[in-house]
Amino acid sequence: MRHIISILIENEAGALSRVAGLFSARGYNIESLTVAPTEDSTLSRMTLVTRGNDQIIEQIKKQLNKLIDVVKLIDMAENSHIEREMMMIKVRVDNGASREEVKRLTDIFRGNILDVTNSTYAIEITGDSKKLDAFVETLNEDEIIEVVRSGPTGICRGEKGLRL
Amino acid sequence: MELNGADIVVQCLKEEGVEYIFGYPGGAVLHLYDALFKQEDVKHILVRHEQGATHAADGYARVTGKPGVVLVTSGPGATNAVTGIATAFMDSIPMVVISGQVATPFIGSDAFQEVDMVGITRPCVKHNFLIKDVNDIAETIKKAFYVATTGRPGPVVIDIPKDVNDPNIEIPYKYPKRVNMRSYNPAVKGHKGQIKKAVDLILNAKRPIIYSGGGVVIGGASEELVELTRMLKFPLTNTLMGLGAYPATDEQNLGMLGMHGTYEANMAMHGCDVLIAIGSRFDDRITGKLSEFCPTAKIVHIDVDPSSISKNVQVDVPIVGQVKPVLEDMIAMIKEIQPKASKSALDSWWSQIEEWRKVDCLKYDRESNEIKPQYVIEQLYEVTKGDAYISSDVGQHQMWAAQYYKFDKPRRWANSGGLGTMGFGLPAAIGIKLAHPDADVACITGEASIQMCIQELSTALQYKTPIKIVNLNNRYMGMVRQWQEFSYESRYSHSYMDAIPDFVKLAESYGHVGIRIENPEDVRPALEEAFKMQDRTVFLDFLTDRTENVYPMIESGKAHNNMRLAPGTLTDRELA
Repeated sequence: MRHIISILIENEAGALSRVAGLFSARGYNIESLTVAPTEDSTLSRMTLVTRGNDQIIEQIKKQLNKLIDVVKLIDMAENSHIEREMMMIKVRVDNGASREEVKRLTDIFRGNILDVTNSTYAIEITGDSKKLDAFVETLNEDEIIEVVRSGPTGICRGEKGLRL
Repeated sequence: MELNGADIVVQCLKEEGVEYIFGYPGGAVLHLYDALFKQEDVKHILVRHEQGATHAADGYARVTGKPGVVLVTSGPGATNAVTGIATAFMDSIPMVVISGQVATPFIGSDAFQEVDMVGITRPCVKHNFLIKDVNDIAETIKKAFYVATTGRPGPVVIDIPKDVNDPNIEIPYKYPKRVNMRSYNPAVKGHKGQIKKAVDLILNAKRPIIYSGGGVVIGGASEELVELTRMLKFPLTNTLMGLGAYPATDEQNLGMLGMHGTYEANMAMHGCDVLIAIGSRFDDRITGKLSEFCPTAKIVHIDVDPSSISKNVQVDVPIVGQVKPVLEDMIAMIKEIQPKASKSALDSWWSQIEEWRKVDCLKYDRESNEIKPQYVIEQLYEVTKGDAYISSDVGQHQMWAAQYYKFDKPRRWANSGGLGTMGFGLPAAIGIKLAHPDADVACITGEASIQMCIQELSTALQYKTPIKIVNLNNRYMGMVRQWQEFSYESRYSHSYMDAIPDFVKLAESYGHVGIRIENPEDVRPALEEAFKMQDRTVFLDFLTDRTENVYPMIESGKAHNNMRLAPGTLTDRELA
């Protein structure tokens, strides 16, 4: 099963490599990893997406908690949560019909066109990962020039959350 | 007080009560060595190879419970230390390793003797630090000792660039009294509800067994383990790392379990209905075939490290906490209940165990004209009255030491259990002798292992650490040969050496005493003679039976009840 694990980690040199190294050393699957500082400059928040059965996920969480730099973590799959990923996608639109079609699709997916040239659009789409997948699937493969995805981040609904 | 970085490092070590630091100098640590030179409280032990420094510090730590401290230079000094760091990591041994690093402006420039020590050691340390500012030294060292010695102990590396120790930069120095790490809060007490669940399971057990590991030794919980085991009258088995936590000579002790464990211990594991795992981590050498591990058992597991729980084997009642306070709570709870033990169930379990014991799985040919390695260990046990500190290397001799030297006390046995590091024994013995100068210390080794850190014979002379080296010389890498005999139709691919040194002359050239023993009747007198020479290191080179194997053996991938016994040994079914 797919799990989104959010981690508060000391904002120190090498902290990211400890997490990444743990996954490779123990053979755990890692689908995506995002990291950025938080409002507290001593802490970074990391969101990683991984897959595994309950036993593996349990081990991943224990091993992450064992890292000295990890302050706290939460498994989004155990909570009602909101997931968002941002994608920027550059597509070739060199005739009137395709420009119209892609513009309409972007509107349907509530995306924005960030950059326009006479032959390309750069489009921004935000949503959960499946929505982004769906948008990519609507396009012809040969229209796509470049896809940039941030990897998912998440936040719990309601009072529950990940904070010190 | 104003001090420079190098003096601060040494001052911090004094504050931590460090008695010995094991190391080897080099360019990046010259400031530190200059600071060491100016004082006498922290005694430096100069090894001959950095691997020796880490193993010696490790041996010291295993028998004292105090952290072993190491100082090495950057680059090759640091990489040479890695094997010893990984050894300590696998066996949860507290250690603080200070490595020199090139000056901060050179980091990342492929400078002379530069390696990314923090990167290299990341997967084999409990934690590591790179100090970039002289103002951070004291706090970092305090944290390093705290992390290394608390929770599940382990090695911590502190990498210090040369300019951070600049003797010309002095800053106000104060050693922090305490550390506060919001991200590190190791468990102490166990959850009362979980302990209660465990007690309920234990008191209703009909075929229980206690499986105790290195955590009991490290956690200083030997007394509590003995009290609990005797109170319950349960059988007990120790892991390789747990030897000595419960007296080997006690009737309730079934001996070691696992790949080379006793018949009775492994059969009892297979047949038990409640397994009480205490400070043990279900290592693959213990469990054998996972799908047939303790097939009828409910499992209680006490461990300070949550990630050890349900890692290899799913357990029914996990208890996260230090072994000692958890056992104290457990004992108190059982006393309060004052259970009416169902004596009959336990009696029939014990009579089954006695049947297994009759197999006498550790018997060997005592009439042989050749020196049997088992006999040497038994004689060593008798000559030292079972009271020596024993280090060992890795291989057949290690298993025979574990099987035939009956450890009655904890912290008497130092071996590389997890990583299986050949070369550990000799430097570890030096560290042990420094910790206990008046005790008998023996290193049980083989002619292959001893050559991996043989250079430390020189250290043993320099620091007058008279140890006895018991070399079981079978002219083979015995354990490799044994596996090749069993699994590769005796194709002994590269498991013997064509040119073994004359160990007697070798010992003599290092300034020690060498004795070669070729006949069984000379074994005992040679050992007695060696231990009489209290101020000399003696290298006893026993030429043993080349073909002897370690039995019983659970070959890899097999279950506990599927042991290979010594030729001519009958199982309990065959005896019946």
